[in-house]
Amino acid sequence: MTNDPMTNPTKRKLNLPWLFLMAWRDSRRNRSRLFLFISSIILGIAALVAIYSFGDNLRQNIDDQAATLIGADLVFNSNKPITPDVQKIVDSLDARKSQERNFVSMVLFPKGNGTRLTMVRALEGDFPYYGTIETVPAAAGVDFRKGKEALVDKTLMLQFGVKVGDSVKVGQVTFRVAGTLNKAPGSVGIQSSIAPIVYIPMRYLEKTGLSQAGSRIQSSYYFKFDKKVDMEALIKRLEPKLDRDAVNYQTIKTQKEQTGRSFEDLTRFLSLVGFIALLLGCIGVASAIHIYVREKINTIAVLRCLGVNGWQAFLIYLIQIVGVGFIGSVVGALLGTFIQQVLPWVLKDFLPFAIDITTSWGAIIQGIVLGVLISILFALLPLISVRNVSPLNTLRMSFEETRLTRDPLKWLVYLLILAFIAGFTYLQLKDIGQTIAFVIAILLAFLILTLIARLLMFMVKKFFPFSWSYLWRQGFSNLYRPNNQSVILIVSIGLGTALICTLFFIQGLLMQRVALSSSGSQPNLILFDIQASQKAGVAELTRKQGLPVISQVPIVTMSLVNINGKTGVQLKKDTLGKGPSIRAIGREYRVTYRDTLTGTERLKEGEWIGKAPANGDIPISVEDRYAKSMRLKIGDYLLFNVQGLLVNTVIKSFRTVNFNRIQTNFLVVFPAGVLEQAPQFYVLLSRVPGSKISAAFQSKVVDKFPNVSVVDLGLIISVVDELMSKIGFVIRFMAMFSIITGIIVLIASVRISKYQRMQESVLLRTLGASRNQILTITALEYFFLGFLASSTGVLLSLAGSWALASNVFDTAFHPQVLPVLGILLGISLLTVLIGLLNSRGVLNKPPLEVLRRDV
Amino acid sequence: MTFKFNNSTILQSFNNANNFPVDHILNIKNLSKTYQSGGQPLTVLHNINIAIAAGSTAAIVGPSGSGKTTLLGLCAGLDRSSEGSVELNGIALDSLSEDERAHVRNQHVGFIFQNFQLLPTLTALENVMVPLELRGEKNIKARAVELLGKVGLAERGHHYPTQLSGGEQQRVSLARAFSNAPKILFADEPTGNLDAETSEKVVKLIFDLNREAGTTLILVTHDLELAAKTQRIIRIKGGHIVSDAAQSLVIGH
Repeated sequence: MTNDPMTNPTKRKLNLPWLFLMAWRDSRRNRSRLFLFISSIILGIAALVAIYSFGDNLRQNIDDQAATLIGADLVFNSNKPITPDVQKIVDSLDARKSQERNFVSMVLFPKGNGTRLTMVRALEGDFPYYGTIETVPAAAGVDFRKGKEALVDKTLMLQFGVKVGDSVKVGQVTFRVAGTLNKAPGSVGIQSSIAPIVYIPMRYLEKTGLSQAGSRIQSSYYFKFDKKVDMEALIKRLEPKLDRDAVNYQTIKTQKEQTGRSFEDLTRFLSLVGFIALLLGCIGVASAIHIYVREKINTIAVLRCLGVNGWQAFLIYLIQIVGVGFIGSVVGALLGTFIQQVLPWVLKDFLPFAIDITTSWGAIIQGIVLGVLISILFALLPLISVRNVSPLNTLRMSFEETRLTRDPLKWLVYLLILAFIAGFTYLQLKDIGQTIAFVIAILLAFLILTLIARLLMFMVKKFFPFSWSYLWRQGFSNLYRPNNQSVILIVSIGLGTALICTLFFIQGLLMQRVALSSSGSQPNLILFDIQASQKAGVAELTRKQGLPVISQVPIVTMSLVNINGKTGVQLKKDTLGKGPSIRAIGREYRVTYRDTLTGTERLKEGEWIGKAPANGDIPISVEDRYAKSMRLKIGDYLLFNVQGLLVNTVIKSFRTVNFNRIQTNFLVVFPAGVLEQAPQFYVLLSRVPGSKISAAFQSKVVDKFPNVSVVDLGLIISVVDELMSKIGFVIRFMAMFSIITGIIVLIASVRISKYQRMQESVLLRTLGASRNQILTITALEYFFLGFLASSTGVLLSLAGSWALASNVFDTAFHPQVLPVLGILLGISLLTVLIGLLNSRGVLNKPPLEVLRRDV
Repeated sequence: MTFKFNNSTILQSFNNANNFPVDHILNIKNLSKTYQSGGQPLTVLHNINIAIAAGSTAAIVGPSGSGKTTLLGLCAGLDRSSEGSVELNGIALDSLSEDERAHVRNQHVGFIFQNFQLLPTLTALENVMVPLELRGEKNIKARAVELLGKVGLAERGHHYPTQLSGGEQQRVSLARAFSNAPKILFADEPTGNLDAETSEKVVKLIFDLNREAGTTLILVTHDLELAAKTQRIIRIKGGHIVSDAAQSLVIGH
């Protein structure tokens, strides 16, 4: 009988035009609702399109502006004075040349006597050859080199109220401030927070007295080739010599690659955060479509009575989803293109140049395809149930639910979703290991959030406040109404809250760590770069000001030549990663010597030897975490180069060091009796009672010992604070997508359940409830929802921050209660506000009128 | 009063009837339906045997929960039987998949429901057009307008169900039911949601249209007066047929 074309549906045409027509007709009275479902993903798509477009523009800008980032065709950098060999190379290059020496030093503004630690750059030549040193007035960027003039970073100018024409004292020399430095080539805004730049002409460097031996000065040489040069061949020729003398080089190409890499990391991070917001939205879509399908069961049943088969019914609704998914994605892409204009402003402190924003069609198309794909994928979960709706529902509605959830095809959809998430992540990360880790982390995060959400809901149900008044109880029990979206709302709003809270807690932790060190009689002022000849003088000056000299610690700089006889090149060959790490070699070590452990140190392993033996290898002590990361063991032999003199040492002990305090802490400590005669400088620790005394003392130190730098706790706090608030701003901006997605899901869910709410409202009014009582019930319901959601976020964030505090920051975690309460209350009230605004149709109009209109 | 028959008498009368060269549009043999209720099997229809002659009218009556709607669902191919067979217009429904049965419904069956079951997002005219569109027929709109005219709603074709009264909705539903020229029309309490006056009009329309189209009509109803308008009344109680008689026997006082 199934061969009869009259009864065999496989022989019937699919009739796509009719399916489209039916999809269009069926959506007629639901279009705004359908659009609302999809609106959950608009923001996610917007975030991704904005980030992709921004990434495209960034790549384009890096290509266009790489030359201005380094300001020359070739740059050499060295932490040591350059060797005669390198000098020969410099001299031999047929190019225009500039030279720069930069170092950290205190500067003093005579007007107001303000002092500040800065990055001093002494410049000679016409650098930059590409781009400009951006100053106000513009000509100052070039002209300062002609006189005894300096360029001062704009943040410094603002901080000390300095104007062009005022003076700045760098070491022994006082310069006229020729201009405000807005931007140096290749520098990013965040640098001004850490070490603001002061440019001076090189020919005054000697006179400042800051270029003495022992000062940590970096030398840079800038080259501009007027003739065409094969840069790759040149580099290939020079590289071995430069490597040997520890000179780094940069070309426009390497700069392009390096900048590209670091910004790819940034855009990758941002797009993954955007993707999380999109996933949240997708879960919102799945949940909303589930309810939509349930409401459509009767219509589907009627269609099936009239002869529509399961796949036709499925396709009618799939076409609707594709349609609204497409519209939603287009809107998202447009919004993303708009948000893209804002991103350079959000990231301004991390960008080395101004970004020219153009529309990226690639990003827009990618966003639209992604949006349609993802809305189909997540809508499929509830949609495939449409095939199983029985026509019998036309006769008895009680038949409905039994087969809606059990469908083996669902597992296929779950698999597709997982494959999609993994695929998308892989496209971003291009690394299978990281992809797996990210997918697992995402699944875990959602799982934990869902578990917390369900646990909270369970607790509420378990300890239901039966003794409360009716309105409270009704508001509470509404969280469990059929078709409720409580869990998805708790997850999405909770995730946003968790992000914001964690950020807040970490900021608190860092500040607390810094602030802790100022308690009691701990030092809060560090004077460093004190030459041996200045040791007594600085200590005397300190005491004269009535300040304590808590300690004066000698520091000797040295480099590591080999470990157990193996040089860096030999260690590099150890690909198994079992022996000491190559990273241990090549860095500069700042080492102290003493015969006892300090209060911040504890012996972890081995034997502490405070006095060097007369003969044999010198016993040294290494900080345990550093030793672990460098895979060093007790008994390893380390050969150090102490400014030309080779010293054989052997590791005799590991120390645990508490880095939480402002203290001179060292990775490597020598015993007394070895380094006393080596070239060294000192660090002095003191404690000042207030900022005024600190400022006065600093100004005296800079005046008398211009090469000595002073860092006080206030500066550290302000730097940490500024850094955190700048990073925090970017994270908050991204967390906002998650929160707003949560809010949209909330709006959608309120709208979706509107009919159900109206029926309840009609019923309650029929039973005699006043408008105010219904309003109170609704408000309480949203308050509970918002409160549970934000509590979920806060709980997750508390757990995360506690783990960070104890494992990473090594400190006790004391969350601030008031701000947390503020976040809880703020998000709860926001939820109430949005819930009530969207329910006002139900509350304000006569119930029957509303019912009649909306059926 | 009514005459009471036992099942064997009914079967006999059926078998007798089958000896005549009557064309049966619906043939139900040994039909049973069992549901799982709270983990326990619950048989709602027991060993039902009915044969309905093409072009005839019949009513299935019985108290609430007697199984009459279940029987209607099985006859119309909306559900699958647990035992026995249902043959509609010569097609054995039991061997068909749900999608194949949907096709059979589209080709041969019309429905009228107690709560009208119009598609709320479609206009009256579109509701009538759907079965024809599904069949891929031509000149659909003119036929749908004509049908709406027959039920007296020619002017209201562009109204949505919510803009129509209950009686009007049921008339649209009638036009839709007849639109695919069904061989058999199933009506589930067609006047259950209507007032007396509207009911009367709708009932008249059902029977007029049915007569005109030569369709077989099977009614499920509580309303004995409505049932009395059919040629045959089948009474069900507790899942069993308790009587099945031609109209003259039932109303023979």
